[in-house]
Amino acid sequence: MPVLTRLLGLLLVLVVLGWLVFVFVTGTPYALQQLVNGVTLGMIYGLIAVGYTMVYGIIGMINFAHGDIFMVGAFLSLIALIALSSLGVTSVPLALALTLLFAAAIAALYGWTVERVAYRPLRGSFRLAPLISAIGMSITLQNFVQVSQGARVKPMEPLLPGGISLLNDPDFAVQLSWMQIAIVVTTLAVLGVFTWIVTRTPLGRSMRACEQDLKMAGLLGIDTDRTISLTFVLGALLAAVAGLMILLYYGVIDFYIGFVAGVKAFTAAVLGGIGSLPGAVLGGLLIGLIETFWSAYFSVQYKDVAAFSILVIALIFLPTGILGRADVEKV
Amino acid sequence: MSATLRAASRDALLSALVALGLFGPMIGLLTAPGPTGGLTLVSRPAAVAIAVSTVFAGRLLLLLWRARRGRRAAYAQNRALAEWLNRAGRYVGPALLLGALLLPLTGERYYLDLGVLVMTYVMLGWGLNIVVGLAGLLDLGYVAFYAVGAYSYAIFSTTFGLGFWTCLPIAGLLAALWGVILGFPVLRLRGDYLAIVTLAFGEIIRIVLVNWVSLTNGPNGISGIPRPTLFGLTFNAGGGPGSFADFFGVTPSITHRIAFLYYVILGLALLTNWVTLRLRRQPLGRAWEAMREDEIACRSLGINITRTKLTAFATGALFGGFAGAFFATRQAFISPESFTFIESAIVLAIVVLGGLGSQLGVALAALVMIGGGELFRSFAEYRMLAFGLALVVVMVLRPRGLVSGRTPSVALGARREISAELVAEGRG
Repeated sequence: MPVLTRLLGLLLVLVVLGWLVFVFVTGTPYALQQLVNGVTLGMIYGLIAVGYTMVYGIIGMINFAHGDIFMVGAFLSLIALIALSSLGVTSVPLALALTLLFAAAIAALYGWTVERVAYRPLRGSFRLAPLISAIGMSITLQNFVQVSQGARVKPMEPLLPGGISLLNDPDFAVQLSWMQIAIVVTTLAVLGVFTWIVTRTPLGRSMRACEQDLKMAGLLGIDTDRTISLTFVLGALLAAVAGLMILLYYGVIDFYIGFVAGVKAFTAAVLGGIGSLPGAVLGGLLIGLIETFWSAYFSVQYKDVAAFSILVIALIFLPTGILGRADVEKV
Repeated sequence: MSATLRAASRDALLSALVALGLFGPMIGLLTAPGPTGGLTLVSRPAAVAIAVSTVFAGRLLLLLWRARRGRRAAYAQNRALAEWLNRAGRYVGPALLLGALLLPLTGERYYLDLGVLVMTYVMLGWGLNIVVGLAGLLDLGYVAFYAVGAYSYAIFSTTFGLGFWTCLPIAGLLAALWGVILGFPVLRLRGDYLAIVTLAFGEIIRIVLVNWVSLTNGPNGISGIPRPTLFGLTFNAGGGPGSFADFFGVTPSITHRIAFLYYVILGLALLTNWVTLRLRRQPLGRAWEAMREDEIACRSLGINITRTKLTAFATGALFGGFAGAFFATRQAFISPESFTFIESAIVLAIVVLGGLGSQLGVALAALVMIGGGELFRSFAEYRMLAFGLALVVVMVLRPRGLVSGRTPSVALGARREISAELVAEGRG
């Protein structure tokens, strides 16, 4: 029975992929544009999804406030960009680099604080306690930003206008904007550094040890509390990068963006196989592509429904995700 | 003592530094539209200073207080408080009920409106309590059933001209049906997956309500929903034949209608409470509680998990649907805006703060959070902030909620109170 559902789930993924390929082959220029947009969006979702999947892998809880850390990261980026421009920094790459550092540092502090205040005291409490606390933290962060920065939508002028035309079809010109290139390149660079941390450093080794068996890792002398804290910090760093990206890409943010983006990124983590880091990025790309193509070919109004439905379908037919491994609950 | 003081001040200083990092940019630099249209920064050093010094003072006091009392004393005091609450609960419950019954005698419209609002949340809290408190299934999309109930009454009454009392059971049953439909796919999911899927369902239903314009009138909502009647007597402000005022020969008054609405929701809430308390003693309710404690053990003892979960979802949804139908008839206007995730979060906060599973706790929490929130209307924008913080603080300090500890449903010999630390839910 589990094998059958897994097969069914993989079949569903194949059908979706096949549909994407079919659309791509039949309607070239328009579909190419959607592909470019979808990959850009998917990269951002992937960055957020890594944070969910890491935390879930280690302490087995959904960090409900992660989407809001992403939102905080976007606001910090906005504040930094305005501050830099009023300080007279005109070089765009320099401004972006400084903003990235600032937003990542402060967002990491947020991630650390959230873990310290809301989750650490609850280790060993009953099953639902950390989750309820996480929901409380999510509401708190959202309303904190609403109170401190106002409920209005914050617009920002595009930093990097223009781009290159990929395909000059007479009917439809495919645009690859500098912004999209910047987003994809930055994301890949950040993910590269992150992969290096996880696979090659002592911190990464202790993280992987905690992921395999928290208690055993503690017995072998790993400071599990510290490792968990640093996991939250790393997740928040990536979320802040995603926040900066979404600010650059859409140019508008408000205090509510963390909620929907969080659910979608979580969907990406589940779809890729929760606990698997490459899976999170793969899932993010899939969600980004599906959402973009759905909006382009079906209806924009129901694009969130599409993403949420994928979550439900993935959990029912493919609970271990594409790259995840089956987890047997032992008594 | 001075060593403690020094350690505490160092810790508090560190906390203040962290707070400076957290609040410095977010509170200190406000992004506001500038004269040319683009965003500019407005600095607010005073606000940051206040926030940071609050954190410093709060942390220092907390540490000193803890150092003076010691862990063991804190534990004992916590237990003593729980015992006291349990004992007081015996009188608070009936007193609250009496107060609730007598409230309309004040004749003040403001109190009646507030009473209706609080009672709606008490009912929603009791309904969600069945799912979360008794069956241990964290449902973050409870507002979906509330919406189904509200929209079924609104659509049935405006399209087919059916009355409130005819539609009430229909609305409840439709919501329960949705509970089963949404419950089926999530049967195999673990607690946190279940939470996020129910959240997704709640959002899906809201988005459908916004976009299915031909049925729900989209974001504009449905207006002109008829008011309920008392055995056919209407509550028109102008009186007239067939109205309540005309039949009883009293002066027509708007207060009559609100008092009537108040008694309707009070009755519905008490029905929810009564059904929950009865079910709790029956095999079904015990199966819910057993499932909450340990699903695997429960299954190996031969309890049908599928049926247990679905009945919990359906029962919770049924009462959510009743509350929704009442909401529609009270407002006479509904739109998808009333059924956002925040609403689910508020109801969940009420259940959690009151103590998962505790009927009295849920009522008290609704009274404090909704009634208290209304009294502090001028701080409206801080209300949700307080709700969120309250969820975290209660989970950290009193994970079993305000009213916890309970007497077992079945006991060998004398029934003894079980302390809060040992049970997963509050007093019945």
